[in-house]
Formats: sequence, structure tokens, C-alpha cells
Amino acid sequence: MVVAHLISAMPDRLPPSRLATLADLPLKGGGETEQSSADTAAPGRLAENIVYFARALRAAGIPVGPGSVMDALEALRVAGITNREDFYWTLHAVFVKRHEHTILFDQAFRIFFRKRAYFDQLMAMMLPQVVPQPDNAPPPPAAKRVLDAMFKSQQKPADEKKKEVEIDARLTVSDREVLEKKDFAQMSAAEIAEARQAIARLVLPLDEVKTRRLKVSPHGHMIDLRRTLRSSMKAGGAVIDLKYLGPRTRQPPIVALLDISGSMSQYTRLFLHFLHAVTDARKRVSTFLFGTRLTNVTRALKQKDPDEALAACSGGVLDWSGGTRIAPSLAAFNRDWGRRVLGQGAVVLLITDGLEREPGNQLGFEMDRLHRSCRRLIWLNPLLRFEGFEAKASGIKVMLPYVDELRPIHNLNAMKDLCRALSSDGDGKAEAKYWLNKVA
Amino acid sequence: MTTSTPRPLPASIDDTLKLLTAGQYVGDRSLATVLFLALKMGRPLFLEGEAGVGKTEIAKVLAQTLGRKLIRLQCYEGLDISAAVYEWNYAAQMIAIRLGEAEGSTDRGRLEHDVFSERFLIKRPLLQALEPSAAGAPVLLIDELDRTDEAFEAFLLEVLADYQVTIPELGTVKAEHPPIVIITSNRTREIHDALKRRCLYHWVGYPDAERELSIVRTRVPGIDQTLSAEIVHFVQRLRRLELFKAPGVAETLDFATALSELDVVALDPATVSDTLGVLLKYQDDIARLDGTKVKELLDDVRAQMKAAE
Repeated sequence: MVVAHLISAMPDRLPPSRLATLADLPLKGGGETEQSSADTAAPGRLAENIVYFARALRAAGIPVGPGSVMDALEALRVAGITNREDFYWTLHAVFVKRHEHTILFDQAFRIFFRKRAYFDQLMAMMLPQVVPQPDNAPPPPAAKRVLDAMFKSQQKPADEKKKEVEIDARLTVSDREVLEKKDFAQMSAAEIAEARQAIARLVLPLDEVKTRRLKVSPHGHMIDLRRTLRSSMKAGGAVIDLKYLGPRTRQPPIVALLDISGSMSQYTRLFLHFLHAVTDARKRVSTFLFGTRLTNVTRALKQKDPDEALAACSGGVLDWSGGTRIAPSLAAFNRDWGRRVLGQGAVVLLITDGLEREPGNQLGFEMDRLHRSCRRLIWLNPLLRFEGFEAKASGIKVMLPYVDELRPIHNLNAMKDLCRALSSDGDGKAEAKYWLNKVA
Repeated sequence: MTTSTPRPLPASIDDTLKLLTAGQYVGDRSLATVLFLALKMGRPLFLEGEAGVGKTEIAKVLAQTLGRKLIRLQCYEGLDISAAVYEWNYAAQMIAIRLGEAEGSTDRGRLEHDVFSERFLIKRPLLQALEPSAAGAPVLLIDELDRTDEAFEAFLLEVLADYQVTIPELGTVKAEHPPIVIITSNRTREIHDALKRRCLYHWVGYPDAERELSIVRTRVPGIDQTLSAEIVHFVQRLRRLELFKAPGVAETLDFATALSELDVVALDPATVSDTLGVLLKYQDDIARLDGTKVKELLDDVRAQMKAAE
């Protein structure tokens, strides 16, 4: 069993100093059983167990810091735990900070504190038995995710090591960041490297929208009474020197939906580089990948190093270069994420060729919903690289009426154009109507 | 509501559960656990969940049952210090300056001291919550934090760390007894991890049928037993459909009150179709539930209820 292996593989001893501080926390105020056993058994065992459990959670992908461990110990102390359910929810209250982590926590808890008797023992603060269990019971439904998560993070160092070796062997070849799970046939390594650097150099636009927050502005339209009064104090209140406030501006959030299906595979990697550059430069950027299902890779793209970020992206995605199911993916986005990331006037970049095999009613419906939920919907379509592109494919025809702009994104120039476009309202040619008229 | 005697904090998880029940809030043990810990450890409680599952209600019930003052800060876009913490009463200040002039006072230092005194300070919710109160530390409800921006979040982080605010002209105000802080979010954006780390987190989900039934019967007294059961099972069934916005507990209560007012004794497709607007707030969702679909769902619900008996 992987988890058991992982847990048993953890170092036997913590650094003595830390262990001592944790062990110093007495466990008081619980039921009678605890009281009596607390006298005999070492109270540090509970602390040690919580430390191990925190590590297991960390391995499963829940960010748990040492501060949380201290919190957990305090919480257990004040809560006076007498049953398993309270124990569960007490740890849950401290360790889980996001709703999606609940399922991971639940599984980790079950695996870690598997035996009921073990829990009782823990309550009595006896020696933990985190030995591998004989694997005869069928795993519970969500166990795989936890196992995957634990497994993945365990394997990570090995991956990195392998990569280093590769670089050494290839010396000057610069395509070390090739993502393993998809083909990328048409561009040479040199071209990719060049394009990548160019993307990193792209100056991202400072498109700004007015917010309701105010800032000091000499040409503002509102009087800043506070500063006015303060400055009039200087002259003893005789002269009132008016100071003004104007609206503060900020960049709206960007939400990118990137198609990673087979027909887009030549572009996905460069687009990911582009999105990484955007994520790096701006504050609120969310990125989703979709092929046959939707994956949120926002966190992965936040890593500073583009190669690491892309590797993290591809690790979590199972449907590289597969088929496209645009409508269900958009439906999933609208249902699960729309309300969470499209607030505050977001701009949506929908990057897809729009080649949906069977565009039913659902595609138009979901596009409509997406369009109504965001401030501006920009469709970036690499097919526009072809001279005489016409919106003939049925999927494209269905989607066009709902987008504000349709733009090409097949080369660096197109990307630059996009950057410029983000800061303005765009020229007429990008408007979806243009393409609709062209086909009619 | 305005009880002046503060009651002591609950001493155990069971007590907390009793407290919630006394306030007519039907909660589960996980909520009671996290609430108890928040009270005991003096940590803010961060409640996240869909709209209408009773997050705000928790703070209200807490204030009421503990006999504390409820101070509510409703967040919105552009919320700033002058609306959240304090503001100077400029009009009064100007008059004071004019009066100072009229008296012929020219001592600038004294004028400044007079004008920026507590007399001219307008206290907003966060500052109010830090003030000592006879009724014990108040309950500070920071509602829908996701509506405001990151800048306010960062400020809040600072306030929640030490329970103090600094007013440059006046000095630092520090709470003698930290308020009981409840933060709610509808998750229209992700709240920064740094803030969440300081809080105890709890996801308020939709209740199961049994709990929802007792919520309906507690909150809509005098409702018919069968009707309430049918309503709850129907709503539970609706939540399993892939709707854009599933109905929350607040909607269930509205629906129950509406049907109870209309003297309906049992659900029938026509009544449900007519009153569906109480439960569903998106036209697409309502359009999906036409007469036959509603009938199908109702039959399903009845069969399920019969099987459960």
C-alpha cells in the first residue's frame, strides 16, 4: 500500500529540538481515560502522531505548515476529545483551508487512522502503529486520488534528477522543457526556444478599468476632505486648500480557457508559455485546460520557472492531444468555476480552433452563458492563420455570435497584436460580426 | 436581541450544539466543533459556502444566544478605511476651525489637537468591534468578504493579527477583549491563503434531508408535516439535477412559507410550476423544469418517501 509505505518511509525521528517543543504541550481537560493515561504514557506521542499526520497531508497535497501543527495540538487540547467524530472535525477545522481539500483530508484521515482500535490507542496516547496493513479490503472510492497525490509528490525529486542528467547529456540542445505527454512535431527545437524567449519578452498591456476605490489625484473630481483639512491646518485654518481624489484603476482579471485537444497540439505548448508569461506579469489570471474534460492549472502556472510550471501543468492533465468536447467543458466551467473566477469584470480568452465534431444546442447555450458572465469574451483561433478563413465549420458558426472578438494567435506577431488588443477595445476587424458577415 | 447580560462561552462541543439549537439554528456536529474551537482558541471563523446556506445566520444566532452585540460589516467593491474603520466628521471639524478663528486662537498645535480628537471621530464597524463593551466582546460579522478586493483583505489581516488599528492623528486603538470574528464568503473569488491560515475554516454545505426537514419545521412553525416532508425531498431532488444555481436553504424556507401561506396541503405539478420562481433564480433552470419534468420529479419523490416509511 503506497500510503502506508510512504508513512512508514518517513524519518523515524524528528529533530530533537522540535520534538521537545511539541512534546511539552500537555494534553489536559479531556475525558477520564485520557486523564489517567496521561500520567503514565508520554504525552509527546500524540504530538508526534499529529506531526506525522501533517506530513501525510502535505504529501497528499494539502499545504500544512508547522503553525497548523501547533494549532492542531492546541485545538485538541481545548476541545477535550472523547470520540472519533470530534477528533476528525477538530483536525479538519485546523488543517483544511479549502473546500476541495476536504476529500483529500477525509481519505488521508481514514488511511492514517485506519484501525478503530488504533484510534482508541491514540486517545490513550499509546505507541502508534503505523505499520503497513495487509491489503485485502477494497480501497474506498476516493482513495485513488489521495494515493495519486501522495505518489506524485513522492516521485517528484526523482523526476528532477532525471531532467538534470538529460541536460548534461545534450549540452547545448535547448529543448529540455519538452513536455512528455504530447507530440510537438512541426517546430524545430531552435524555433521553439526562440519563440519562447520572444514570448517572455512580450510587454503585457496595462489595460485598466476604473474601480470604485479612490486615490489621490490632482485632477480628480472629488474633494478629499481629510487631506484638505490636514493641509489647511498648516495655515492655522485660515486658507482651505482643496485636495482632490480620482478613481483608482486596476487590471481586470483574465481567465484563459485553452483547448489542448489533438488538433491544437502544435500550439498548446507555446500558448502555455504565453499564459505563463501573462500569469507572471499580472495579478489575477486563471488558466483552465480542456480537451475532453476541464482542468484548472492556475496554481501550477504560478511557479516562477516556466519549465517547472509547464511540467506541473502536464502532470495534472490526462487528456493531452485527445478529442475535443467543447460544449461539456464549457458547461463544466460555467457550472463549477464561472461564479468563482469571473467576478470583477473578467476578460475571457478562449483559445480553441472551434472544431467541435457535433455542435448541438448545448454549445450555443454554454457560449451564451459564458458571454453573459464576463466583461469581454475574446476568442483566439489559430485557424485564422489561413488566408481566406471563413467561419464555415459548424462549431465555429455556432460559437461566433457569442464572442466579442475573434483574433488569430498562430505566431508571435499575433500574440503581440493580442497584447495590444487587450489594452484597447480593438479594431473592427477583430469583431465577431466581421466574420459572420463575411460568411453570409 | 438586545440582551445586556453576556452569557459565558460554551464549555464543550455538546454545549455549543445546544447553544445553536437554542437559537433555532439546526447545525451539525462538525459546525459545532469548529465553532467551539473558534470561540475557545480566540480565532476568527471563516465560513464558506453557496449563497443561502445560512452562513450569516450563524453569526446572528451566536450574538443572540451569547447576549453579545452584533456588529456587521457588509463588504462591497471599493470598501475603504473610511467606510470600514473610521472617518473624521469633517463638517464638525470645519465649524470647530471657524470657531477657533472667531475666538482669535492662533495656536496651531492646540487647534490640531482639538480638531483631531475623539469627539470628531465617526466609528465604523471594525473600530466599534475593538471598543470595550459592557455586554462583553461583540460578535463581528464580516459578510461576503469575496465582494471586496485584495487590498482590504490585506488590511483585515493586519487588524485580525493584533486586534488593533492605528489612527495616525489619534494613536492606536487596541481591543481589550478580542471580538468574536465570523467571516463569510460566497466564493465568487478565492480568498488569499494568508488570511485563511489565520482562521478556522469551515465549508457550510447543503444540509441532508433530515436536517433540512428539522430546519423547515423550526423556522416555519405550524407547517403541515406531510407538506414539509414533500418540500424538503423535492428540493433535495432538485439539488441533484445539474442546475446552474441549486436552491439553498433560504430558498427552501421561502418555498415552504409561500406554500404554507397559499394553504397548500400537498405538492402538485401545477402549484410547483407556478411557484418555481421562489426556488430557482435563473431562467434557464426554470425553463428546464417544465410541467412533465416536475411531475416526474414529484412522482420520484413520493416513491422515495413511501419506500422510506
